Amino acid sequence: MYGGVREIQEKGRVDWFAVIMYLVFIVLGWFNVYAASFDLENAVSMFDLSGRAGMQLVWMGTSLALAFSLLKIDTAFYETYAFAAYLVGIGLLVITWIVAPEINGSRSWLVMGPVRLQPAEFMKFIIALTLAKIFNVYNFRLMERKNLLIVVSLILVPLLLVILQSETGTALVYLAFIFVLYREGLPGGILFMGVAAILYFVLAIRFSDVQWGILSVGEVISAALIIIFAAGMVWNYVKRREVSFMIIGLGLIVSAAGLILHFLKLQVDAGLLALIALGLVAIYLGYLALRFWKKIYLYILLFVVGSFAFIESSEYVFTDVLQPHQQMRIKVTLGMEQDLRGSGYHVGQSKIAIGSGGMFGKGFLNGTQTKLKYVPEQDTDFIFCTIGEEWGFVGSTFILVLFGMFILRLITLAERQPTTFGRVYGYGVASIFLFHLLVNIGMVIGIMPVIGIPLPFFSYGGSSLWGFTILLFIFLRIDKGRKRA
Amino acid sequence: MADTHKPYAKRKRIIAFIVVIMVLVYAAQLFNLQILSPQYRNYADSNAFFRKTLYPARGSIYDRNGELVVYNQPTYDVMMVVREMRQFDTLDFCHTLNIDMEQFHQLNDDMRDRRKNPGYSSYTPQRFMSQLDVEEYGLLQEKLYKFPGIYIQNRTERQYKYPNMGLILGYVAEVDRNKMAADPYYARGDYVGKSGIELSHEEDLRGEKGVEVLLRDAHGRVQGKYRDGELDKPAVSGRDLTLAIDIELQAYGEYLMQNKIGSIIMIEPATGEILCMVAAPSYDPSLLTGRNFSQNYLTLEQDPYKPLLNRAIAGLYPPGSTFKPTQGLIFLQEGTITPETRYSCYGGYPPLGGRTRSHGHASPTALQYALTTSCNSFFCYGLNAMLSNRTKYSSTIDAFQIWTRHMVDLGFGYKTDVDLPSERGGFIPNSRYYSNAFKHDRWSAHNIISIAIGQGEILSTPLQLANFTAIIANRGHYYKPHVVKARKGTALDTLFTNRRESNIDRAHFELTVEGMADAVTRGTCRRINMEPHLTVCGKTGTAENPHGDDHSLFVGFAPKDDPKVAIAVVVENGGFGATNAVPIARLMMQKYLMDEIMPQDQFLEKTIASRVILPYAYRRNAPVQRTDSVANNN
Repeated sequence: MYGGVREIQEKGRVDWFAVIMYLVFIVLGWFNVYAASFDLENAVSMFDLSGRAGMQLVWMGTSLALAFSLLKIDTAFYETYAFAAYLVGIGLLVITWIVAPEINGSRSWLVMGPVRLQPAEFMKFIIALTLAKIFNVYNFRLMERKNLLIVVSLILVPLLLVILQSETGTALVYLAFIFVLYREGLPGGILFMGVAAILYFVLAIRFSDVQWGILSVGEVISAALIIIFAAGMVWNYVKRREVSFMIIGLGLIVSAAGLILHFLKLQVDAGLLALIALGLVAIYLGYLALRFWKKIYLYILLFVVGSFAFIESSEYVFTDVLQPHQQMRIKVTLGMEQDLRGSGYHVGQSKIAIGSGGMFGKGFLNGTQTKLKYVPEQDTDFIFCTIGEEWGFVGSTFILVLFGMFILRLITLAERQPTTFGRVYGYGVASIFLFHLLVNIGMVIGIMPVIGIPLPFFSYGGSSLWGFTILLFIFLRIDKGRKRA
Repeated sequence: MADTHKPYAKRKRIIAFIVVIMVLVYAAQLFNLQILSPQYRNYADSNAFFRKTLYPARGSIYDRNGELVVYNQPTYDVMMVVREMRQFDTLDFCHTLNIDMEQFHQLNDDMRDRRKNPGYSSYTPQRFMSQLDVEEYGLLQEKLYKFPGIYIQNRTERQYKYPNMGLILGYVAEVDRNKMAADPYYARGDYVGKSGIELSHEEDLRGEKGVEVLLRDAHGRVQGKYRDGELDKPAVSGRDLTLAIDIELQAYGEYLMQNKIGSIIMIEPATGEILCMVAAPSYDPSLLTGRNFSQNYLTLEQDPYKPLLNRAIAGLYPPGSTFKPTQGLIFLQEGTITPETRYSCYGGYPPLGGRTRSHGHASPTALQYALTTSCNSFFCYGLNAMLSNRTKYSSTIDAFQIWTRHMVDLGFGYKTDVDLPSERGGFIPNSRYYSNAFKHDRWSAHNIISIAIGQGEILSTPLQLANFTAIIANRGHYYKPHVVKARKGTALDTLFTNRRESNIDRAHFELTVEGMADAVTRGTCRRINMEPHLTVCGKTGTAENPHGDDHSLFVGFAPKDDPKVAIAVVVENGGFGATNAVPIARLMMQKYLMDEIMPQDQFLEKTIASRVILPYAYRRNAPVQRTDSVANNN
């Protein structure tokens, strides 16, 4: 089927592979919501509307209706109204921020009688559509300053609005569009700098407690990394090996000097030495920039200085900008704190729940950890625990692989779009699912910090299921109509 | 395809690569958690399963006539769920429980102190105060609605209908660390028998604990049964016990023994059932229940008269003249004497310079008359004749081994295995004991002659004397004495139902019985003569006591031809046997066999009951304590 569809290219045929996967996901999700919210004392049927599973069934029904309707609407409609939708979305976010009551510490829910909606969920597909429309302009180049500014602010404005609603998790999801930008021409260097920034941050925080002279251990290691990165960049962009070796050599010479001094039983300030090494590399790069009059050396010099500035500021950001509970989550994820009662409790219990599942799991409804509420948010953000506990390694790996295949399928579909609009939107959809999986499952199995975002199609909740359904089926509609473009 | 971004098309591979890497890394972590880390399963189980113990009702205890003696009564504990507490009138609460604010804060602090209460949780009921009585319970129950977070939990407590036989019944208390270590059945907070029947029949009385496997949520709240109770086990109630003791007789014996130190034991010879076992002083079993347990226990433990010591089974006395029938039986069995053999008695045993002076009577005497008059010389001559008989025994040592074996067959020297804890075995010396004591093997009957009259090294418990009396009453056989007559739902241990032989011919017993019958009608214990109502056989004893006045002893049985009861009475410092032990035995026999005291004896009853025989400065006057020497020497 994977390759077959492309060859048949039957006009107007919806991608059944994706649809069937969608159906499998929501049905499995329904069962797991039932299992996760199963109340031992007064069990209700899966169809009882007073229970979570019953309500999820309602969300599933309405989602299917929604999906069907979305497939009926012409692709041109989405393209035409993308900007309008964006404006409406931003307006809703503002209104929500102003009027929303506080629910569980966030102001992200619009309450209209019995219906509660979270506009931030729907903003995902709106941003994706808007980006698609912008990129679709003939000869659009992302790296032109004006374009970049527009694209970045398109993402950042809703992101900030959602942060104002104290829905940090959902806001972070918008960062997923960086994958789209990358696919559409954002230099790999920027992605690399993003990775480098995370690396520096983790190192600086993780090893901030031990001092080597005037710098902390984390800072010294980061300094070494900066030098290695600088050498790598010279290798990659300038393609002059001797310069790369020179930069690495500078670092090695300073380290060797430090070691010799150390063996001579002299007090060695490793922090100072790291600073000296960085300074030498910076001076050398500055000299190269002047000597060969090449901007690239200047950029690498900027990277070196900027990296160090980032490291120096990250500790400040960590201690003074982040909330104590956020600091704690990061520390727990980095293994710096155990804290089994507080912030680490959730992850500890979710690991216990998953770990207790063993190879084949305890069986449907036989999980104890989730039902007895040892795991928090057991039918929403932590629903993967129920899968792990009741279906074991086999079941949870199956779901994981299924999701991987689903995203790969979406990438394939995106790549086969004849229009930039379709491709960009498709990547937007794939990126959002990827980000959700990366963060949600990563959080539940203790690899990522606790960021409260749902597992697509599995977590209980109308807004999120509707949001994901709309996101997916607009794309499937675009894909279905691709021949006419 | 009008793709303006063709140069970036290969980036789809990078993104796909990220997806694959994510799936692989996460699957590896799942493998690590679910396959490589088996400890998570245990964490999960200890998280979720709460094995709630179901406590069985402890067995009740009845007397031989079906009278309820020990039963369980609910008491009430005040439980507190701290999380559910709201502001309430603490003063009113304290007033209801009859405590002051200071005690309230003390109890509250104790409850929350994790060192004193390791299982403390603010989500689950915690014991705030224990053992309310019914009245306090009623008051609190009425006002409970005013005190959110306060609950009442039922427990049961031992209740005693009579203030008697505390030493036989024993008491229950919380299990200690050693017992828990020795027997995995017990868990912290369990109640266990600590002495008396409660201890010796612990396994009958306690029943079998049940378990309910419950699911417990993250806050420790119970959420229901696991698998609908598939793994649950109901508690099995403890067995009810029926005592051989007649509670009325027991109470009467305790009444007679008040303000005295000593024991009365009555055994039904046909069964070995102990009809009463009075050990004085004793205590009211109700003292060792409820909230005042510790305080009362301390008081009893520090009492110089040792009311926690069951003298009937753990008091060791030289049996004195009550021992003489054993000697007659052995001499006859061994052929040392015949019923006609006479020994002279001129107020003493001449070879020892008349040291074992006898009471004045006609001389020379044969065995029957020697028993009647409690002639010391006769038994000294007899022992000498036996041990010196070189035609039958190769040496004194050999002869004495035979003597020791006969004594053991008659129930002396070892524990009788009565179903009560802390029994002692008394002391019967054997050849090796004397060889060690004299440091040579050349000792002779003369060196040890005082054992012939129940003095010297001989020590026995009142129970052994009563058991021996039952052997005489049965003319040669016996059943091991026991206080529990029947266990509900199961037979009595064969230890107590098997007939045991003394290995002495029945005819020799008949002669002994005649001697003891004569002792009542015209010998040393005429004060128990109840002809024509009852033919009693008996033997008095006066045990020399180096620490004070002699102990007064009596053994006997009645009626002579169809014995219904054998009795042993010991009154410490009671002087001659006839002075105190005999009248007490007389009253006890009347009480048991005639159901009431004869009119002419009612004055005697009052006299005995009001007699005070308590040494001013009491010292442990049971002689030097030795344990089962026979066992040691064999």
